[in-house]
Amino acid sequence: MRKFLAIYSRELRYYFRSITAYAVISIFLVLSGYFFFSIFRFYNVLSLQAIKNNDFSGNLNLVDGVMRPVMGNISVILLILLPLLTMRLIAEEKKQGTFELLLTLPVSDPAVVAGKYLSALTVYAVMLAATLLYPVLLMVFADPEIPPVLSGYLGLFLMGASFIAIGTFFSSLTSNQLIAGVSTFGVSLLFLIIGWAAPLAGPVMSAVLSELSFLVHFESFSKGVIDTKDITYYLFLTGFFIFLTLRSLESARWRS
Amino acid sequence: MIQVEDLSKFYGSVQAVSGLSFEVKKGEVLGFLGPNGAGKTTTMKMLTCYLPPSSGRATIFGFDIMKDSMEVRKRTGYLPEKSPLYTDMRVGEYLAFVARLRGVPGDRISSSVEMSVEACGLGSVFVKSIGHLSKGFQQRVGIAQAIIHDPELLILDEPTIGLDPKQIIDIRRLITNLGKDRTVILSSHILPEVNQVCGRVIILDKGRLVAVDTPDNLREKLRKFRVTFVTAASSGGNVGTQDILGGIGGVTGVRETAREKDASTFRIESAPDRDLRNEIAVRLVSAGVPLFELRSEEMSLEDIFIQLVTEEKN
Repeated sequence: MRKFLAIYSRELRYYFRSITAYAVISIFLVLSGYFFFSIFRFYNVLSLQAIKNNDFSGNLNLVDGVMRPVMGNISVILLILLPLLTMRLIAEEKKQGTFELLLTLPVSDPAVVAGKYLSALTVYAVMLAATLLYPVLLMVFADPEIPPVLSGYLGLFLMGASFIAIGTFFSSLTSNQLIAGVSTFGVSLLFLIIGWAAPLAGPVMSAVLSELSFLVHFESFSKGVIDTKDITYYLFLTGFFIFLTLRSLESARWRS
Repeated sequence: MIQVEDLSKFYGSVQAVSGLSFEVKKGEVLGFLGPNGAGKTTTMKMLTCYLPPSSGRATIFGFDIMKDSMEVRKRTGYLPEKSPLYTDMRVGEYLAFVARLRGVPGDRISSSVEMSVEACGLGSVFVKSIGHLSKGFQQRVGIAQAIIHDPELLILDEPTIGLDPKQIIDIRRLITNLGKDRTVILSSHILPEVNQVCGRVIILDKGRLVAVDTPDNLREKLRKFRVTFVTAASSGGNVGTQDILGGIGGVTGVRETAREKDASTFRIESAPDRDLRNEIAVRLVSAGVPLFELRSEEMSLEDIFIQLVTEEKN
């Protein structure tokens, strides 16, 4: 446990001492802020029209009109930015030669992986928490429904946790950060959009594809539904890639 | 303390180490010597539990490197060929980090950091970022992290590589000091280094153990002939002096290597078991040739090394 904490705090210090964390977090906030602003403006126009025409006001609410599209966009920004956060985790150690030290220290592989994974997850939690400003702004000026916003954030957090696990795994495969980042991006994107193929596939395959999709599982979170099925999906995916990372560390000893 | 039995390592179909067996006693400073690609680094990586051996076994302090790898790792300090440094960290911070991972108890971390900073002369760069240090200081930080937990066994892979001559001398002195109260294994392809620092040498070539002994014994055993240099007056003609030297019993060859105004230097080869200096002096002086210098040349470890490695090839 002490050793895990030593690795965790070193990684966290790395993120916040180098400009990595600040760069990723600020770019994330600029982009998500832009989406929030433009979606909110659009919603504004819609609601003004609704007041004039008086006919589709029933469909208009802040969760469906603002927060759900904003969170959908955030998930796409995450897809691009989280690989940049995770690509260095293990690849950099391999490049620098510290990987050999790490594997010859009396530290278990799970402590190493947990320390690294959770440090990236912490940075992610910080940047996601900063976007809570948007629903808070809505609450100041209007009266949005709170529970669907919270469950949407839970969904975003779990989705990011899976992205980071995928990133940790690909970082453990190579000493080249670019390859780690690009592979993470590719696989994460595939998980995000795999559901699009569902309507064209046969009945069994279609169910499989849509159940594999990040977006399908995120959908219910953003509607305010917390389903154990969806939580299990993200946790399983995260655990699966962490497991693969551990296997990869072990096999690094045999392959090198 | 260390027992290695029939250790082998394949990288795919390439055999890096084959059938290596040796023993290291407590308190010894052992050198691995060999050309590049001889298997020194691979052997060290196996002993430090980084690479699993393809076959054979090794025990360190009675712990098997495969089954009780954690126990071995706790008691070993290791400096890989490439210094394992986090360039974004400060020296003190890095050493404390490694100490924590080495399992040094929390209340002893600062004292062990102090100890290794002291031993490696890092006081002046304690708060500097590792990335900004010179190569020599970085190498010292590498050694400092290896001794941070006061290990019984220290494994150093080419500790002086890439350093300037002054730094090399410093690091050698440091290793000699460290070797006083612990076991050290180091590798090198710099021969004088091994000669100076190590009590015993293992010569490796193409993954095979070629010879193992103290540098002195290796020299003695492998000596094919003895070389003596004589500088004597050239008055009376060199032919005369050279003939006198050639006529001494046991001399197998005489060659003039240098000529000054009134003296010549000869290189004399003779059988390894007899020192001819006494006889040479008597013969020259009794022949009336003034003798300026007479010295016997030690066979350097370099010669032995080249001899062993080329013999292996033939």
